[in-house]
Amino acid sequence: MTIASRPHHILTVTVENKPGVLSRVAGLFSRRAFNIVSLAVSPTDDERFSRMTIVVDAETAPLEQVVKQLNKLIPVIKITEVAPAAGVERELMLVIVTAAAETRSQVTELTAIFEAKIVDVGYEAMTIMVVGEPEKLDAFSDLVKPFGIVELQRTGRIALPKLARASTRLRSVKTARS
Amino acid sequence: MKLTGAQALIKSLEMEQVEVMFGLPGGAILPVYDPLIDSSIRHILVRHEQGAGHMASGYAHATGRPGVAMVTSGPAATNIVTPLCDAYMDSIPIVVITGQVAYSVIGTDAFQEADTVGITMPVTKHNWLISDAQDIPRVVREAFHVATTGRPGPVLIDLPKDVANAPMDWYWPEKVDMPGYKPNVKGHPRQIKDAARLINASSRPVIYAGGGIMLAGASNELRALAELTGIPTVTTLMGRGALPDDHPLCLGMPGMHGNYTAVTAMQKADLLITLGARFDDRVTGKVSTFAPDAKVIHVDIDPAELGKVRHADVPIVGDVRTVIEELIKALKSERTKNDPPDLSPWIATIHDWQERYPLKYTQEEGGPLKPQFVIERLRDNTPDDCILVAGVGQHQMWASQLWKFKQPNTWVNSGGLGTMGYAVPAAVGAKVGRPDRMVWAIDGDGCFQMTAQELVTAASERIPVKIAILNNAYLGMVRQWQELFYEERYSEVYLSPDLPDYVKWAEAMGCVGMRVDTADDVVATIEKANAIDDRPVVIDFRTDWREKVYPMVAAGSSNDDIILGPEFGEGGR
Repeated sequence: MTIASRPHHILTVTVENKPGVLSRVAGLFSRRAFNIVSLAVSPTDDERFSRMTIVVDAETAPLEQVVKQLNKLIPVIKITEVAPAAGVERELMLVIVTAAAETRSQVTELTAIFEAKIVDVGYEAMTIMVVGEPEKLDAFSDLVKPFGIVELQRTGRIALPKLARASTRLRSVKTARS
Repeated sequence: MKLTGAQALIKSLEMEQVEVMFGLPGGAILPVYDPLIDSSIRHILVRHEQGAGHMASGYAHATGRPGVAMVTSGPAATNIVTPLCDAYMDSIPIVVITGQVAYSVIGTDAFQEADTVGITMPVTKHNWLISDAQDIPRVVREAFHVATTGRPGPVLIDLPKDVANAPMDWYWPEKVDMPGYKPNVKGHPRQIKDAARLINASSRPVIYAGGGIMLAGASNELRALAELTGIPTVTTLMGRGALPDDHPLCLGMPGMHGNYTAVTAMQKADLLITLGARFDDRVTGKVSTFAPDAKVIHVDIDPAELGKVRHADVPIVGDVRTVIEELIKALKSERTKNDPPDLSPWIATIHDWQERYPLKYTQEEGGPLKPQFVIERLRDNTPDDCILVAGVGQHQMWASQLWKFKQPNTWVNSGGLGTMGYAVPAAVGAKVGRPDRMVWAIDGDGCFQMTAQELVTAASERIPVKIAILNNAYLGMVRQWQELFYEERYSEVYLSPDLPDYVKWAEAMGCVGMRVDTADDVVATIEKANAIDDRPVVIDFRTDWREKVYPMVAAGSSNDDIILGPEFGEGGR
């Protein structure tokens, strides 16, 4: 099963931008035996906060427990579940594909079909950047595999709710409850 | 006002009304020990940092106020990890302050450096590494707030030495501002109404009361609820004393070594009213067969407990005291509309179990001294408000089974983590917190050897705790499991009754040491110990090593397969 097609939950978690917060979140997942499929952390427009996009393996982690346990972490401010159907998910992949003279045009063609971009070219290989939904990245890496993948890196997905549609809000700002 | 970080820390602790702290100084925490000399706070110098942590926990158990411990960096900090984990599992509010190497050298593997915040992250409710002396009052305020509110628990403040020496402008924050921490205290009114309706429609209900009752100070409310409804109540290992054991509705302890009636009442119940308890595996046995016919009302201040182990038909997030108060109101109003069911057949069934399957043991005339006999004599020869402390193992189970707790907060033990060696330091902490009370610890010989050195602390600080060692010369609980589940292949469980010599050891530590070999001497020796009030007492009770804890539900088994023990004939079922 590919990474993208495994049953998963996507959580976007707003956390305080303080030292050790990533470690608190990662530690929680490991000690409660929840598996993380991917994790992306980035600053937000407000420098006091960071946003984590956590893709959780749905089989190891009952969503309700994950959210409730995450909520107990004091630096966690807000948790939103982005249901796969109700969110926009994107991921970026950099892949070095073997592409000598005889296969180079085929790889270039695939790159064009996927609206990917060649970002570096060597004598025997090319580095290609693919951006899109995780399934698209899976498909691209499958297709270039026969040519030979030298190295591959993915960022892990980030997600935001789709606009003008109800997102599954498991839990909004903690302060709203008191 | 200009203060050093160290002065600010001590002043902040004073602002938090800290009267006593348990600790041991060392390099990195040295700056804080200096202003301590001029403080009103009493400091108890322990002999091992683990002792400081468990003392803080014993203090918190007995007083309901947060216990405070202070130790240095590195090995001292790692030594206090066990008490932190212990307090975390049992939701006990303690505040631990650790010294740290200078902020400027963190990460360089400096002398006595350890990543204390990293190490203790999974065993604290929250922890802080202070990088700026100006933050100290705010962090102390937050630490006490987090430790004592919501679901209580241990917190840790790690203070680097250069921060302790740095100057700061004194202030005291009027309130705590933590956007990510807002515990929910009040239960949802609709859920409470649903709970009342369910209670009023159940014919075999059981109240399942846990340690949360103690933490919320809700024993009066629990009693009112039980008496209003006439619903029988089990009190878990952490909840013993939540309802007095001599109350006609109190069924005692459920679980792996619970009495038959408490275990079976839960199994046969049609409703479990779960109040501040967490469906621990020691209570449920095999979860899939636990209380199969019961609907569940689950009240807990920690939302993550609801549905964690067992689905709750009516989950209620809130402070258990507030929720019970509201529940009583809702029940009264519900009863004006619908008559409550007749519980008398259920109560009759329960009484029948109690008569047929009591806790049993036999102290033979002139035979080996039974540990249960010692506990019962101790129980009958101590005041009602005596605080009882236990370590972990057979002695703990017998104590919890046989003691008649009359008041809340009179039972101090390590439930979730099962920390051997808890009793001696926890008893010291309890006695410091409640000097007006008699404090007895029932301990095993294995447990006692782990932390006995804190009796030196007790002797030198004139803290007159009393320790009853049930010396069966074995790691008794392990031996019991090897006998029952490993075909009597005893592996590394024999300890010897005479090595060490407990009487001499007690005397060497400044305590009174006594030894009892026969049933006839038990009461007289207890009375002698009760009369001593100027130093600790240790009694070495030589008990029967063959004795096992019954009833028992084997690990992973269903609670339906409870084993009553040999007193009930072949197989004891």
